[in-house]
Amino acid sequence: MKVILDQDKCVASGQCVTAADTIFDQRDEDGIAILLDAEPSPEREAEVRQAAAVCPVLAIRLES
Amino acid sequence: MTTTTTDTTTPSPHEPAFPMSRDGKCPFDPPPRGLAAQKEAPLTRVTMWDGSRPWFVTRYAEQRALLSDPRISADISNPGYPSPAPRPKGSGSPLSFILMDDPEHARLRRMVTAPFMVKRIEAMRPGVQKIIDDLLDEMLAGPKPADLVEAFALPMPSLVICRLLGVPYSDHDFFQKNSNLIIKRGVSPEDQGAAMGALIGYLHRLLALKLEQPGEDIFTDLARRVDAGDLSAADAAQMGVLLLIAGHETTANMIALGTLALLEHPEQLARLRDSGDPALVTSAVEELLRYLTITHDGRKRIAIADIEIAGQTIKAGEGVIIATDLGNRDPEAFEDPDTLDLERDARHHVAFGFGVHQCLGQPLARMELQLAYTTLLRRIPTLALATPIDQVPFKNDASVYGVYELPVTW
Ligand code: HEM
Ligand code: SF4
Repeated sequence: MKVILDQDKCVASGQCVTAADTIFDQRDEDGIAILLDAEPSPEREAEVRQAAAVCPVLAIRLES
Repeated sequence: MTTTTTDTTTPSPHEPAFPMSRDGKCPFDPPPRGLAAQKEAPLTRVTMWDGSRPWFVTRYAEQRALLSDPRISADISNPGYPSPAPRPKGSGSPLSFILMDDPEHARLRRMVTAPFMVKRIEAMRPGVQKIIDDLLDEMLAGPKPADLVEAFALPMPSLVICRLLGVPYSDHDFFQKNSNLIIKRGVSPEDQGAAMGALIGYLHRLLALKLEQPGEDIFTDLARRVDAGDLSAADAAQMGVLLLIAGHETTANMIALGTLALLEHPEQLARLRDSGDPALVTSAVEELLRYLTITHDGRKRIAIADIEIAGQTIKAGEGVIIATDLGNRDPEAFEDPDTLDLERDARHHVAFGFGVHQCLGQPLARMELQLAYTTLLRRIPTLALATPIDQVPFKNDASVYGVYELPVTW
């Protein structure tokens, strides 16, 4: 699975970090999301799907 | 799917008035007229006090779609923006970026996102735990019954947000009184305008003081941005008022109303109290947020272009009320939605809104609620309501739902 994050859309809600904190983090200056791991292992897939589903601005896209 | 064309001028006799009232049966359930409207259609119309007839969005999927649609505006200065009551005149956009659109919304919001990011909030846990323990020590040492709102639910988030923003807690009577006037229904526009004016004036003075006596807090940062010319003094003051109101009222109401909901569901309460499983604590807070949806006045928006949705056309210039209390009870999104089930996965709820305005303070609110409920139940395992539930004064007259008082004993 490949994760694509659109930082221009991000509103720093922190939802993705709460859902999958080994895949997403927030940058120190303004809380905008950053990707820690763009190709998560299969056992992380459920959390990453959850993160994409709760992102309020649909900034997280998944490709298989 | 319904494809009836809606006449925008003549209200149908069956059209509900907004805001709607709850019935006396279950104080946690949304208004029955709203639930009935949801069963009928994803979109309908409601009648407002001024005769206007905004769209009323009842279902979860349409709510999320509209709240994340750039053709939907939160800018209150648009003519036709739905207002549940007469508004104070001439105050422009009185609550900063919550009532603005991008790019201005994003520019201002990004100035205050850093202190609310998950890792910074998580680092505050020990300090918040201490505030909670001190308040509960004091309550337990005092007389029974006690009012949980005054002893705990209100001071706890107020102390936390005061520290984070850099507001002297000794001013809390002043800002609590004025923010209550702003979120209460039925307060005259003059009184609301005066309350807003008082808060704005207070913020101007406080921000000026922050330059002379800086601290490690959000208002010092805002004052420096004004000083550097990145932010106007007026924008900074409005942003300050928004953070101050949003930061304590909501969490306070969730603590008190959530505690009452737990007391009314004793088997669920016992499971949360006795489990010690952090995953249950997390899911319990999300479920209480969903089940109670305290921001029960709907998200108010206006269409800035025609939008086709669910077989209807929302025309540019029409007001839209997105009833997230109903969305959180939509059976398509949550199985058996009227049951409080602390173990369910409710993380996709819309209690913090959706789209670019989704709650900035949600990591803080989550952390505060997780600590508040668990500490309360652990330290007072015999906690009980000290009055029949029909004697509890509910905030049916406020845009944020909750209870005015919660007499408890142990
Ligand atoms: C349980 C507690 C809380 C609830 C239920 C809640 C709910 C909400 C909701 C529904 C919105 C969206 C408004 C809209 O779309 O029109 C919102 C926005 C906001 N909330 Fe919260 N909130 C809570 C706690 C907090 C806290 C602790 C803060 C801290 C300062 C805060 C600050 C804000 C701000 C600044 C916005 C505006 C965001 C924007 O427009 O971009 N909230 N909140
Ligand atoms: S969930 Fe979306 S908006 Fe929130 S921090 Fe992550 S990417 Fe940004």
